[in-house]
Amino acid sequence: RPPHLPAGINRGSALSLNGHGSDSSGGHNSHDSGHGEGHSPDGLQIVSFKWHHVEAPYIIAVWILVASLAKIVFHMSHKVTNVVPESALLIFLGLLLGGVVWGADHSASFTLTPTIFFFYLLPPIVLDAGYFMPNRLFFGNLGTILMYAVIGTVWNAALTGLSLYGVFLTGIMGPLQAGLLDFLLFGSLIAAVDPVAVLAVFEEVHVNDVLFIIVFGESLLNDAVTVVLYNVFDSFVAIGGENVTGVDCVKGIVSFFVVSIGGTLIGIIFALLLSFVTRFTKHVRIIEPGFVFIISYLSYLTSEMLSLSAILAITFAGVCCQKYVNANINEQSVTTVRYTMKMLASGSETIVFMFLGISAVDPNIWTWNTAFILLTLVFISVYRVIGVVIQTWLLNRYRMVQLEIIDQVVMSYGGLRGAVAFALVALLDPEKVKERNLFVSTTIIVVYFTVIFQGLTIKPLVSWLKVKRSEHRDPLLNEKLHGRAFDHILSAIEDISGQIGHNYMRDKWAKFERRFLSKLLMRRSAQKSRDQILNVFHELNIKDAISYVAEGERRGSLAFIRSASTDQLVNVDFSTQRPSIVDASVSALLRGNPSSVCLDMQAIEEKRKSVRDKEDTLSHHVLQQYLYKPRHQTRHKYSRHAITPNTEDNKQEKEIFRRTMKKRLESFKSTKLGVNYSKKSIKNYKKDCMPRKVNPEYSDIEEAHEHEVAHQDIGISFIASATRQALAETYNGIDNPTFISDENVMVRPAIPPWLSNEDTVVPSQRARVQIPWSPNNFRRLTPLRLSTRSVDSFQMADGPVPEHPRMTLPEGTHL
Amino acid sequence: MGATGSAVSRVPGADEIQKETGFSSAHIYRLYDRFQVLDKDDNGVLSRRDLQSIGELAVNPLGDRIIDAFFPNGVETIDFRSFVRILAHFRPTEENRQREPNASEPLNSRNSKLKFAFQLYDQDKDGKISRAELLQVLRMMVGVEVTDEQLESIADRTIQEADLDGDGTISFEEFKKSLEKVNIEQKMSIRFLR
Repeated sequence: RPPHLPAGINRGSALSLNGHGSDSSGGHNSHDSGHGEGHSPDGLQIVSFKWHHVEAPYIIAVWILVASLAKIVFHMSHKVTNVVPESALLIFLGLLLGGVVWGADHSASFTLTPTIFFFYLLPPIVLDAGYFMPNRLFFGNLGTILMYAVIGTVWNAALTGLSLYGVFLTGIMGPLQAGLLDFLLFGSLIAAVDPVAVLAVFEEVHVNDVLFIIVFGESLLNDAVTVVLYNVFDSFVAIGGENVTGVDCVKGIVSFFVVSIGGTLIGIIFALLLSFVTRFTKHVRIIEPGFVFIISYLSYLTSEMLSLSAILAITFAGVCCQKYVNANINEQSVTTVRYTMKMLASGSETIVFMFLGISAVDPNIWTWNTAFILLTLVFISVYRVIGVVIQTWLLNRYRMVQLEIIDQVVMSYGGLRGAVAFALVALLDPEKVKERNLFVSTTIIVVYFTVIFQGLTIKPLVSWLKVKRSEHRDPLLNEKLHGRAFDHILSAIEDISGQIGHNYMRDKWAKFERRFLSKLLMRRSAQKSRDQILNVFHELNIKDAISYVAEGERRGSLAFIRSASTDQLVNVDFSTQRPSIVDASVSALLRGNPSSVCLDMQAIEEKRKSVRDKEDTLSHHVLQQYLYKPRHQTRHKYSRHAITPNTEDNKQEKEIFRRTMKKRLESFKSTKLGVNYSKKSIKNYKKDCMPRKVNPEYSDIEEAHEHEVAHQDIGISFIASATRQALAETYNGIDNPTFISDENVMVRPAIPPWLSNEDTVVPSQRARVQIPWSPNNFRRLTPLRLSTRSVDSFQMADGPVPEHPRMTLPEGTHL
Repeated sequence: MGATGSAVSRVPGADEIQKETGFSSAHIYRLYDRFQVLDKDDNGVLSRRDLQSIGELAVNPLGDRIIDAFFPNGVETIDFRSFVRILAHFRPTEENRQREPNASEPLNSRNSKLKFAFQLYDQDKDGKISRAELLQVLRMMVGVEVTDEQLESIADRTIQEADLDGDGTISFEEFKKSLEKVNIEQKMSIRFLR
């Protein structure tokens, strides 16, 4: 069975970067100048024009430059880019350039060769898709995606091929040297929805998450089907139609499973390898990003080598390694990886579309057959619509979130074909498939039609459909306000009632993952910080706390404690050194001035002047601008061309979080104390202050580290400041925490002692007893790791009676 | 997650819940599952802290208010039935249900949804949203950049728009009227709680 990419180099589509017929062959002997100097032809040349020397890389570089410059030019005009999708613009540019090249050389010097496409241009795009895939959404809808990808593609391919064959038999198409198998082969390569094109267009159209992930996932996963069908029919064509037996058909079906599952497994294996490797790259941070790319690329090539589905391999490599790589590697490396990936993917996509344009300008391949082309277009559209409708109807019976008409319209209309189809058709052997040129021409037309026409019109179509359903008039102030309130309420209720199905599986997976995979694949420090976060207030482990601080010191993160600036505290870059972040900030608090931490931004803002303006428009404007967005709108979304900056979300979340915690704390203080119940609540309030991010369940703590750390700090400093303010009146300074806690226990039972201890470094009574008193020491201990037990002990004891067996402080504490 | 008959029977009071709220047994089972996940100390009731441990609520501006809505009249814990009763407000409205004449209004009717939202605003339960209460909610829902003066003017304008009888507060009827063009059924319904 021929491999997916039979040695493309021999397929006549050589790396045609060498413009043949180009006569700019500068020899290194400049005998053209005819100067008198040249009486000794072997004399020294001072300067020479060595074109052939640099030809290949030079041309590559120039093309990349041209594509990038084109992007700059396009984006100068928002009006244009709003209407016309970038991919279409690039195709036009390609056509233009192709015309220029053709005019200059009268031969198609540059085309999109399958080799370049499959080996160099496609992997970055797919890797980018996999690496930034919103995993939760993806796996949550996996069943639906698989159904569309597999069944849908087979349906499309079979019906298109058969219908074309049927029409051919009626003779409308004229004499073609093609048999049933040729048509089926063509059907299989034209049926697949293309990930590159889909993304390029969906960037412009803002569809909801579920719809996006379905179409996107489908475009990625249908590669397995396409590969199998293509190879099967290709070899059938090679064998000759008459010799195909039932056994071959069965083999074909079996090969589908082998190809798809094999590809996925390879991807997963390489992802595990990558995660494992990044566990040890602590000392080679500079080259950490390299590992991500190299290993993922290897997964692609390995899978290609074994004739399995390479796209599936690299997709799953990206999908599976995301989490561990992000947890393991240094923060700057994470950024580097993300940016590089985006750059490569975006660049590749640009080049792909541009070359799609250029490759079309090659009269040698153009064969026109109106009926064939027209019918192909009709068939693929019609069958897609029918396929989508039927499958959606079936799926809606099992799905929690139903797919509505507008979703189906977008899905059918958004099934774009792109460069993959083109590359596959360019791979066909003209000897075996006589009508190759016709197929190529048709594919080009189809790709252009879907990308340009459908790409152009999908946006207006969607907005028209949406508008049709809702009245278009300016909402009243009330409606805006309450409407937004409803959004928030709905989000909250959704969170309370648990998300869409599959929680059971997800929990099970999370447990497994925590117990085995993370241990293996995540750096111990990353694991610890995650675990510690979870168990904080449950278990006091001074040893860990101290080792954290020690580690933090070693890494130099405590350096910024020394700074007296509170701005730095509030704005400290949480993205560094996660484990020690927590203690660092509170220690700074302790060490610093009591009143310096002003987290009540409101107070700050109130000092600002405000313009009194009674205009209605101003109120509307203010609401519009400053109303917090509900969760749905701020949800992370995949984007090819931008790394979604988290700052906006973070800001909103920080503010809300601060407020919520403050309120809870205050309402807490006023409830009756000394009751076990409230103690537990306290514990859990604290827990809440620990890293909460957008996805809250404990099992998901590992995700979204940025949020995690941000909340961590805010919560702690919050409580610290709140309690500090409470205590400020009564106590002068907090240099002697032990003193305070004693006093608290005896003098102010109204405020639970633990609250004041929040400010102190002493984490627990037992520690207090053992550590020699001196303010300097306390900086080292992380106060946050209060355990329930220590809390209880505070509550119940009037004097310091440690419940736990005494622990000697570990040696490593440098106290 | 198979919602078989036997699984549902494990849920206490499933039948009455079904009648009262209109949830299908599959959903009741799923919600019970969720209830148990939330119920950290496994005592069959949820407390405030259980709900507060849903981190996402901490970054929801109205999170705490909504949690309070689950604990009406100062109760400390709720059982599964009350839990589901509140969630039932967010079932999609069925348009063409026959209403038995004596049946109480279904929990997920438009009116009930609006009442639920109204109660979030109206903290002192006097049936009216006063200016102060509105300000409170507004404060929670906007960024810190908005000054108090701006907020007050917005609140005043909002009350002006909705207040028909001129008493300076928004009653439930006025609240309903101001939202008559809004598609509450869609805005306050979770699709997967059918």
